[in-house]
Amino acid sequence: MCFHRLLITVTATLVSAIVATASSGLQGWSVADVAMLQSLSLRDLEPLPPDPGNRVADDARAAALGERLFFDTRLSANGRVACGTCHLADRDFQDGLPLGQGVGTTAKRTMPIAGMARAPFLFWDGRKDSQWAQALGPLESAVEHGGTRAQYARVVMEHYRAEYEAVFGALPDLAAVPAAAGPSGDTASVTAWNGLSVSQRRDVTRVFTNIGKAIAAYERRLDVGPSRFDGFVDALLTRRPTAGLLTSDEVAGLKLFIGKGHCTECHNGPLFTNYEFHNTGVPARTGLPVDGGRLAGAAAALQDEFSCRSEWSDAAGRCPELDYVITGDRAQQRAYKVPSLRNVAERPPYMHAGQLATLADVLDHYNRAPAAPLGHSELHPLRLETGELRQLERFLGTLTGPVRVSGAVGIRTPR
Amino acid sequence: MTSFHERSPLRSTRAVLLALVVTAAVGLTACSHAMMLAGAGARRPAASEFGLGPRTSAQGRYIATLAPERPLRPRQMQTVRVTVTDDRGQAIDGATLTIDGGMPQHGHGLPTRPRVTRTLGDGAYDIDGVRFNMGGWWEFRVAIAGSAGADIVTFNLEL
Ligand code: HEC
Ligand code: HEC
Ligand SMILES: [Cu+2]
Repeated sequence: MCFHRLLITVTATLVSAIVATASSGLQGWSVADVAMLQSLSLRDLEPLPPDPGNRVADDARAAALGERLFFDTRLSANGRVACGTCHLADRDFQDGLPLGQGVGTTAKRTMPIAGMARAPFLFWDGRKDSQWAQALGPLESAVEHGGTRAQYARVVMEHYRAEYEAVFGALPDLAAVPAAAGPSGDTASVTAWNGLSVSQRRDVTRVFTNIGKAIAAYERRLDVGPSRFDGFVDALLTRRPTAGLLTSDEVAGLKLFIGKGHCTECHNGPLFTNYEFHNTGVPARTGLPVDGGRLAGAAAALQDEFSCRSEWSDAAGRCPELDYVITGDRAQQRAYKVPSLRNVAERPPYMHAGQLATLADVLDHYNRAPAAPLGHSELHPLRLETGELRQLERFLGTLTGPVRVSGAVGIRTPR
Repeated sequence: MTSFHERSPLRSTRAVLLALVVTAAVGLTACSHAMMLAGAGARRPAASEFGLGPRTSAQGRYIATLAPERPLRPRQMQTVRVTVTDDRGQAIDGATLTIDGGMPQHGHGLPTRPRVTRTLGDGAYDIDGVRFNMGGWWEFRVAIAGSAGADIVTFNLEL
């Protein structure tokens, strides 16, 4: 933290002398630029924050169980959909489609997962406040996995009893629980759910939430790996030659990214996201229901059955993200989560419903900054030249790197 | 942001040695960013207007000082203690504080709604839920309704 009032002891002359000298010593980058580059590089990647809502978040056995559940298609209505169906391990844990394809078609684009244990809110509209609560959403969504929590609890009972009990303790007796029952399934499932006793419902929901916690323990270990950009910053900071690490177009694009493009106003930090929600005027995709973005997502996060404040969370009521969350602000209308830009060149199409097919389309969008279909776009036209847009695009191509699996034993590396 | 100076092995160069000397002289470790940007924005206040205080309110009724629990960094949820006195230095207890802020050059506010969660006596209050979602110049405003009337203290912070 730095405060300008402390700088009054430094004469202006001295400061400019440093600027001039320092610039020449940093291969053409100013000290401010280098500080910005470091803040974007993996050198500044924070260790994973703890996940107090999930007491098994850092349990390797939970992660190993979670990995198997993540790729298990038995956790679906038709036996063909797993998390890994849309979040493909060899494609940065996304699917390259404009809209996800499960039992049906989703209304949003599949998001990559790596590094997102650091995000306080999950989904394009941030309607979930933890990874474990997030995982329960697609399982009960009619267009994703399409099954019910009773069905999933029974899958655990039949196929994962030992692994489950090693982490969470004895499974409840689920013998009398019907094959399909849940509060949000089809009519038959809801009727079956309403026919269960309170304690049966609690037993099922307990197992269901533990499925989410095991999956979250796995997802948590998926982190971002080094890209050519990180290699470039490393070389710069350790005074090794940077020549040949990035092309001159890529370097020019990087300068635009941290300068005239204003991209780091939202895409900042080592994941190139501030984890916040902004309206950038992305056109709505035709044929989809009207979407409120973060305005609806913030309200939903507070009401979620599995929020940090719920009895299912291990956070014991300590939920700062919910306590200080902004709700009901018109600026949240059609604001969406700022996506990480790591690996972005490898995974078209772009935006929350795959509205833009290529990076060139994305950069054209930023250059024009069209009015938002609903609410107000925070963007201003950049008026960059075609060559500059191409340079920005080249720079985005330097952010490609592997997904890194950290910590746990018994987890296979995705690539 | 982590200090570039702390981690970089550039110390051998004349430029950085010089920068380090100046940095040490002003007792700072993470100032490179701010130094470069000083004066870059048109309406950016003078360097002397930045910092944690003590800072006088708009109408001179109060003086407030901020003390973050940890050094302020972007993208982190933080607790900031604020101590309020009247213009003669007498602690102001029992005031209602309302927190607000944003980035004047970008037109956005704070990404959270921070508020006072503990009053500690001797004019001290803890503000929880403070987060800044990017580096740069932020305004952090503490509106005070207390025994000396209503007034507002605006801090300029460089993240
Ligand atoms: C049918 C495809 C599909 C399936 C199956 C699926 N997802 Fe997703 N995933 C998506 C889509 C689409 C989104 C964005 C949805 C939204 O924001 O409304 C998403 C978002 C996410 C996110 C949010 C990432 C972020 O940055 O906020 C996580 C984490 C995630 N999924 C994990 C999972 C897990 C765990 C499962 C299995 C329990 C799963 N997904 C099953 C398509 C799928
Ligand atoms: C005001 C905040 C903001 C600024 C400034 C900003 N972005 Fe974004 N960016 C976003 C948001 C929010 C999204 C997702 C929007 C959506 O899906 O509706 C996004 C999406 C993207 C995507 C698509 C990623 C994906 O996975 O779909 C790319 C690429 C991108 N931005 C690059 C840039 C570049 C390059 C700049 C600078 C020219 C920039 N952004 C400036 C907020 C911002
Ligand atoms: Cu800003």
